[in-house]
Amino acid sequence: MTLVLKDVTKRFQGHTAVDRLSLEIPEKEMFGFLGGNGAGKTTTFRMILGLLDSSEGEISWNGKPIDYDNSHLIGYLPEERGLYPKLTVKEQLIYLGKLRGMKKQAILTELEYWLERFKVPEYMTKKVEELSKGNQQKIQFISAVIHKPKLLILDEPFSGLDPVNVEMMKEAVIDLKDQGTSIVFSSHQMHHVEQLCENLCILRKGTPVVHGSLKDIKRSYGKKNLIIHGDIDFGFLKNFQGVSGYQKGAQGCKLQIDNEQVSQDILSAIQGKGFVRKFDLEEPSLNDIFIAKVGEAYE
Amino acid sequence: MNKFWTVLSHTYITKVKTKSFIFSTLITLLIIAGLANFQTIIDMFAGEESGEIVVVDESGVYTEALQQSLAAAEEDIELVPFDGTVNEAKVAVQDGQYDAVVELTENEEQIFDATYFANTITESGNQMIIEQHLQQLKIAIATQASGIDEARIAEIYAPIAFEAVALDESAKTEEELNQARGIVYVMLFVLYMTVMMYGQMIATDVATEKSSRVMEILISSAPPITHMFAKIIGIALVGLTQIGLFIIVGYTLIRSKQEELVGGVFELFGVQDTSPMIFVYAIVFFILGYLLYATLAAMLGSLVSRIEDVGQLTTPMMMLIVIAFMIAIFGLGAPESTFVTVTSYIPFFTPMIMFLRVGMLDIPIWEVALSLGIMVGTIAVLAYIGAKVYSGGVLMYGRSGSLKDLKKALVLGKKEK
Repeated sequence: MTLVLKDVTKRFQGHTAVDRLSLEIPEKEMFGFLGGNGAGKTTTFRMILGLLDSSEGEISWNGKPIDYDNSHLIGYLPEERGLYPKLTVKEQLIYLGKLRGMKKQAILTELEYWLERFKVPEYMTKKVEELSKGNQQKIQFISAVIHKPKLLILDEPFSGLDPVNVEMMKEAVIDLKDQGTSIVFSSHQMHHVEQLCENLCILRKGTPVVHGSLKDIKRSYGKKNLIIHGDIDFGFLKNFQGVSGYQKGAQGCKLQIDNEQVSQDILSAIQGKGFVRKFDLEEPSLNDIFIAKVGEAYE
Repeated sequence: MNKFWTVLSHTYITKVKTKSFIFSTLITLLIIAGLANFQTIIDMFAGEESGEIVVVDESGVYTEALQQSLAAAEEDIELVPFDGTVNEAKVAVQDGQYDAVVELTENEEQIFDATYFANTITESGNQMIIEQHLQQLKIAIATQASGIDEARIAEIYAPIAFEAVALDESAKTEEELNQARGIVYVMLFVLYMTVMMYGQMIATDVATEKSSRVMEILISSAPPITHMFAKIIGIALVGLTQIGLFIIVGYTLIRSKQEELVGGVFELFGVQDTSPMIFVYAIVFFILGYLLYATLAAMLGSLVSRIEDVGQLTTPMMMLIVIAFMIAIFGLGAPESTFVTVTSYIPFFTPMIMFLRVGMLDIPIWEVALSLGIMVGTIAVLAYIGAKVYSGGVLMYGRSGSLKDLKKALVLGKKEK
């Protein structure tokens, strides 16, 4: 059950939305699919789902192209709410579930389970338009997973949810992964991606700029963060050899340094200048990498 | 096929359950019931008046003759001779004892003059009836006086016999033409209403699914063409349910009211003893006409991203059906004109105008077959393009409402398979 994208390219009149994208997502894997606004994420999802045809390249799942014969094995949570506002949760899910090839009784059993799990059993007979944005998102999520898909595409699944609900849904996503669902996950919240995904890819203008396992990406990025708190004027570190970023904070500063060795040079440079309360060498966050890699596009 | 039924039954059930559907159906049924009981309702309100009219007759001989004349015509007016003067009678009317006073004064030349007094003279029904009968009475008295036999008078007033006969043997008789005209009228209105109402419903429904973004999920589960046709047929069934209800209720009501009314209504539309072929044609043209316009509506609906824009894009379609309707109305009077012949081959006009020609003229079968062929071909082409536009259009968001989007949607929906 591997999803393979091979040199996938999509051109619209004049511009290229996705450019030679190659990915491989094995079973039981949650794959982070990141990118700035308009980087081609949704276009890629639509190509995976078969809603759009690729201009070049191939998409296959388990060795076969994705079409309406296996659409019952695929779940999709679009970025924007896609529900009938005037229908009740029950009517809605029965319809969408049936379209994914389920029987009515099975749908009701699953729906009850999920509503119970998300602690909203009373929504069964409520109209979607009466629910809050976060609760609509729960229903949207249920509609994407009710048929136990083997491949699940989640586009910004946690938007509009409060922290409690985010945790609840994260658990659900992890459970699905453990049950053998391949998941493609897209989010602008880097800490979610860091927490959930082992492998990821960052798109910029339709081209992957970063691709691989989270650990490798961080290691190969090289740069580290150094946080220093103390009663010293850290201004001189701005132009220190090996420092590529400087951010002044209330109690000190946050530096971006090219490699670990630079931290030791700084340590000796500030020695004796005053009282140092904190000297902390950190791994770069995905957020930093994202800003660095995607930000180049804007410069 | 399974998904087709799922979409179809979902469309049908949700539409039939909407408040607007239930209300519009109920209100129309009420109107039908009202029309069927029209006479009863009018009588109910009219019953409040006494219906008594007094006559002040100087000579004393005309009152009885007038009473007889009214009774013979089964008019619902009761004439009462009045003994007092006209002024006394007027007071009685003002007091509400009687509806009106008719004063008859003798006159040498005119035999008699009549004056009608009532509190108000807005209701002209009784006045006219009395005037008519007085006129007849006068003619009777005058002819008697001049010695002419009453039977001769009846002969003079009898209408002449006028009949139009077509010399061409295969041409339709006048009777057949009237029948055909009736059926064509019914067909025109039904098709016109159907396209107007249900075409709009399809376009709005598609646009609703698109604007609520549920469309992306729908077409990732079922092919757009399946979805589109399931929707078109689902809404057709909604229409059939509604029209069927109207016909059944209307028919039973009329039936239960008066037997003769049934004949009357059918005679009006000329549906009695017509050849069954015309009904076959009506059904075929209706179904094809609906499919043609419904496909167009679904395609247009897929192009808009906000429901507010639906009207803007469906206007050209509405114009087409209005034009077809107008040509058809013109064609009823001149079915053989070249203009009607030519337009009957244009697929958007065919269901109305070719049907009109089939009903009114003697058309060779190949002409009908040709026009049906053109229609089926157009539907196939529209369905093909429609499905492409649909699969592309449903993914297009942003400002919409121009036919330029059509090309964009076509490019988007292009499947390279």
